[in-house]
Amino acid sequence: MSLLIASKIQSNPKYHQLVRTRNVLGWSLSLIVCVMYFGFTLMIAYAPGVLTAPIAADSVIPVGMLIGIGIIAASAVLTGIYVYKANSTFDPLVSQIFDEAIAHDPAHKGGH
Amino acid sequence: MKLLKHIFSTLVTLSSLAAASLCAAADAPAAAPAAVPAALPAVAPAAPPPLNWHAIIMFIIFVGVTLVITYWAAKRTKSAADFYAAGRGVTGLQNGMAIAGDYMSAASFLGIAALVYMNGFYGLIFSVGWLVGWPIILFTVAERLRNLGKYTYADVVSFRLQQGPVRIMAAIGALIVVVWYLIGQLVGAGQLLHTLVPQISYQTSIILVGVLIILYVTLGGMKATTWVQIIKAGLLLGGASLMALGVMAHEGFSFAKLFNDAVAIHPKHLAIMQSVVPIGAKANPLESISLGLTLMFGTAGLPHILMRFFTVTDSKAARKSVLYGTCFIGYFYILTFIIGFGAIVMVANKPEYVENISKSILALKGGGNMPAVYLSHAVGGDFFLGFIAAVAFATILAVVSGLTMAGASALSHDLYAQVIMKGKSTEKQEVFVSKMSCIGFGILAILLGIAFEKQNVAYIVALTFSIAACTNFPILVLSLFWKGLTTRGAVVGGYTGIFGSIGLLIIGPTVWTKVLKMGPAIFPYDFPTFVVLPLVLIVAYIVSSTDTSESGKAERAAFDAQKLRAETGLGAEEAAAH
Repeated sequence: MSLLIASKIQSNPKYHQLVRTRNVLGWSLSLIVCVMYFGFTLMIAYAPGVLTAPIAADSVIPVGMLIGIGIIAASAVLTGIYVYKANSTFDPLVSQIFDEAIAHDPAHKGGH
Repeated sequence: MKLLKHIFSTLVTLSSLAAASLCAAADAPAAAPAAVPAALPAVAPAAPPPLNWHAIIMFIIFVGVTLVITYWAAKRTKSAADFYAAGRGVTGLQNGMAIAGDYMSAASFLGIAALVYMNGFYGLIFSVGWLVGWPIILFTVAERLRNLGKYTYADVVSFRLQQGPVRIMAAIGALIVVVWYLIGQLVGAGQLLHTLVPQISYQTSIILVGVLIILYVTLGGMKATTWVQIIKAGLLLGGASLMALGVMAHEGFSFAKLFNDAVAIHPKHLAIMQSVVPIGAKANPLESISLGLTLMFGTAGLPHILMRFFTVTDSKAARKSVLYGTCFIGYFYILTFIIGFGAIVMVANKPEYVENISKSILALKGGGNMPAVYLSHAVGGDFFLGFIAAVAFATILAVVSGLTMAGASALSHDLYAQVIMKGKSTEKQEVFVSKMSCIGFGILAILLGIAFEKQNVAYIVALTFSIAACTNFPILVLSLFWKGLTTRGAVVGGYTGIFGSIGLLIIGPTVWTKVLKMGPAIFPYDFPTFVVLPLVLIVAYIVSSTDTSESGKAERAAFDAQKLRAETGLGAEEAAAH
């Protein structure tokens, strides 16, 4: 029974759409986080002067402090974006895929 | 069952003994200082340290509340899923709080505040690194872990691979991380309690922590652990918020004034804003990169953190919990930064906190981890100091509970039930072995805590992260996303990560030079991740690709079924009815 459902799901284009969109979203957001963070890390390693320069002539606050706090804030925002996208698109897609695999035969449905 | 009851009564007796010794210490404060070495610090400047009543009362309230919860949880813990995964009934918000409670350790609270206190801006690098692992966990593994796993992350790694060799490798990786992390937490606990309440010796503190952990975890399992972590996260976030608020009120709610004052007071002055390495250390680009890799991917490879994803109702709750967790943890790290700078302004150069003001205005009584603790006193007096001390103690208990849960599950679920009994043990036997492992872990924790008394807490945690980043995380990601991974590749890659990181750590500056005193290190970097992580990926790739065995072919063929379950949750472990 569950093997049948599994093969029905695997032949449903919506399943492949789900996998593709989730992977694209997940990996592109990961890439953004990695670029931000390793950009910061590479600056620490090779261009610390950029990070330690004060934000204004009369201030002791270094640029890197704002960047660091910005990365923390951006991480939270990006997780929010992922959760929002997943709730609004992936979950409905998954329940559609299940419904179609259990209730209908997708091949038949396509015929009408 | 009888044995368990016996153990329970023994533990209750033990804990009441501990409480009694505490009260005895309270009744006879005059007698106690004799046992305290002269060099050890007092919270107040008076010669015989007065008993820190506020801290003790708040410890007792916290312990009382958590023991009641443990009793409640114990009555509701029947099946293995209850014990390991809190019946999979934890909501997204609850798990988000518990994740924060599991992750915000004494090292990140006291340790980052102390790093900022000594080095200023440099401390922020750790906060950022420890946070950016979270989005990566969400984007790559969180939902898939919930869909594939049962109790441990080894369930996921071994999903389509051979159970025996893969689980042994994954359990070794998990146990090493858990035990090292445990040492760091316990040493922090012992030092902290002893400094705050000098009447309790370092050893007694460690034993107290060990006994409480055994009670929580053995009796209440993951349910009790989860609620201890939730309560602790609430206390810690509340306490740290009040401290940061106190600092900002002192500084007229101006960040500019806070930083200017800190630069003026700190003996290194403007250097605290301009150093991206510990002040005085030589800049070392590769080391900085390696540290960055370690912090980010280490977070995503901690077994006690990954285990939290099996407690939620479904993959939707898993993803929500990371969002909540990331927000709580990010907010907390920003607070620790304010707390660290606040300590420069309000604690440094104050004779009541500083060891010897003519020598150094920074070196505090009670050692390197104390800035946050003294800041609470500077902000809110004895009462607030007591509160923060109790919070720090609760922090350690919550993290150690999570670690003990993870370590015990690796032993009982992975090694005993799946490897030794080959999946043929009953649930009852497995939970029994798990409870015994928890007791064993508690005792081991006590012994190690006493043995490692003089180590730096933050350092041990950083080393643990290396192993998690080089072994657990890459193998987990490969097993989830790369069809070509076979048992051989996973096992050889995994051991490369474990032995590679341990080997390089031993011949690195931390162990070779500082611990073994063998002179200049053979491998001149503290963090081996930049070498070992790519090596693990390459080894796993080559060994898997050249694996032409029949089992290897079957494992690749099983990938599609694994992927189906990972992506849709079809066949995932259901939440328990109650």
